[in-house]
Amino acid sequence: MSPLEKIKNDIVESQVWKAIFRHGYDDTPRNRVMMVTSNVFLHLHPAKVRRHAVRMRFTWCMGGLTFLMFLMTAITGIYLMFYYRPVAEYAYADMKYLEFDMPFGMLMRNMHRWAAHAMIVFVWLHMFRVFLTGSYKPPREFNWIVGVLLLVLTLLLSFTGYLLPWDQLAIWAVTVGSNMARASPLLGYEGPFAEFVGVNPIYDARAFLFGGGEIGPHTLLRFYILHCIFIPLVASILMAVHFWRIRRDGFSGPSL
Amino acid sequence: MAESAQERKLPVDDKIHTWPHLVRMEFLVALFVLIGLTIWSLTIDAPLEEPANPTKTPNPSKAPWYFLGLQEMLVYFDPWHAGVVLPTLIIVGLVVIPFIDTNPKGNGYYCFKDRKWEILTFIFGFHILWVVTIIIGTFFRGPGWNLFWPWQFWDTHKVVALTNVDLPYLLGIRSYWVAAAFGLFAIGAYFIGWMGFFYWFVLKVKGKDFLERWGMVRFNITGVILAVMMSLPAKMFLRLAFNVKYILVTPWINI
Ligand code: HEM
Repeated sequence: MSPLEKIKNDIVESQVWKAIFRHGYDDTPRNRVMMVTSNVFLHLHPAKVRRHAVRMRFTWCMGGLTFLMFLMTAITGIYLMFYYRPVAEYAYADMKYLEFDMPFGMLMRNMHRWAAHAMIVFVWLHMFRVFLTGSYKPPREFNWIVGVLLLVLTLLLSFTGYLLPWDQLAIWAVTVGSNMARASPLLGYEGPFAEFVGVNPIYDARAFLFGGGEIGPHTLLRFYILHCIFIPLVASILMAVHFWRIRRDGFSGPSL
Repeated sequence: MAESAQERKLPVDDKIHTWPHLVRMEFLVALFVLIGLTIWSLTIDAPLEEPANPTKTPNPSKAPWYFLGLQEMLVYFDPWHAGVVLPTLIIVGLVVIPFIDTNPKGNGYYCFKDRKWEILTFIFGFHILWVVTIIIGTFFRGPGWNLFWPWQFWDTHKVVALTNVDLPYLLGIRSYWVAAAFGLFAIGAYFIGWMGFFYWFVLKVKGKDFLERWGMVRFNITGVILAVMMSLPAKMFLRLAFNVKYILVTPWINI
């Protein structure tokens, strides 16, 4: 045994190493299974999958890539949160600061933005693929519903984030998007039958969303909390359900 | 897969190890996509305009691109309908898909022949109605939400004659209440006519047995959702061909 091999052996055989890694890297069937089952992240997968399920032309990788984009926005988003204050006086200045003074600030911002857009496109394509393979049919009806909720949350995540730069694009796009709430039947003050319910500009569905009659500093804080905490939290929980159900219901495929 | 694999004995074991086969795939695809994302982010900057100014409304004010389909629907329907009722029904429509589609075929593999109408309907709703309206809203709408070519100058003073009239008026009805009654009748007729057509269509394409197995509840839910979905192109047609503004006009709601 060469000295190098001995050192390696000492490390791999040590109590500390064994406490962390439960198995070696030998290419045995047993080890291949262990690779997946003894790793908290990989064990989202089953130890074995059907051949067709691995092919890109079956899944288009779209569910996984949606998840990847979600992770990317989470990582870059945390970076942005270090420099951004959701206060009307500071928000825009912080964006400029982030773009021009922070190391990798512009890159992080771009990646956050484009990953969010990509996530939307991917989730649409994922839904389309699930439809085309009929993967919503029994027993996967429930996971389709979880998926629809995830779809809505994905859009809301992007929408709430749109306001945060606090520039012209942000407030007007969000104003246009939120004006719908003002028109809700019964719940919005410009909606049908509003006069019977007694809603008014500062007390209706849009005011609830905005935290006031007009888009303003209160809206910024509200959207920030929705964007950074509430919606990601709910989406993560639903994703956990989504992934768990894929395992429970089995991955779809042609019957054997 | 789960059921069929348990019910019958697997004739062939078509399973492969997740490690390395699936994990390798995922890793490679993730790598390529992240490289792509990085290059994209290095070359194109996220937009940042002037600071927010609530007193200066840009013209046009566009919603984020993924909602432009909804904004485009505002051309044809009032905000409570285009912005609240229709989006809600889109979500409801998606949720009920697994329960109204009882076709056991095409579960877990691509096939067009056995699910022709299901797939065509989905493609019509998704690609034609949703994606195309987003494209129109993104590239073909300028100041005043008027139509512009993507290369055309955005003239804020472009004058577009507002020649739209309500359907009852177009048909010569001048009395307010008769017009409202007519509008209600027209919409009722649309739904009843559609349901009748849908019944005939299902009977013809899928047959009587299918209809019985399918059940009245599924038939009605599917029919109504499809009627609402088709109301968008129907209204588009009325607007583009006859400049129809509303079909039903009442003091509370207009459709
Ligand atoms: C944040 C959004 C979402 C994420 C992260 C996500 C993730 C995933 C992943 C990783 C898979 C594994 C297979 C694959 O990659 O295709 C999957 C499967 C599935 N997804 Fe999603 N998904 C999302 C949204 C949706 C939506 C919008 C729908 C449908 C409306 C949906 C319905 C399903 C169904 C039914 C399966 C099982 C497919 C099968 O067994 O073949 N998901 N999802």
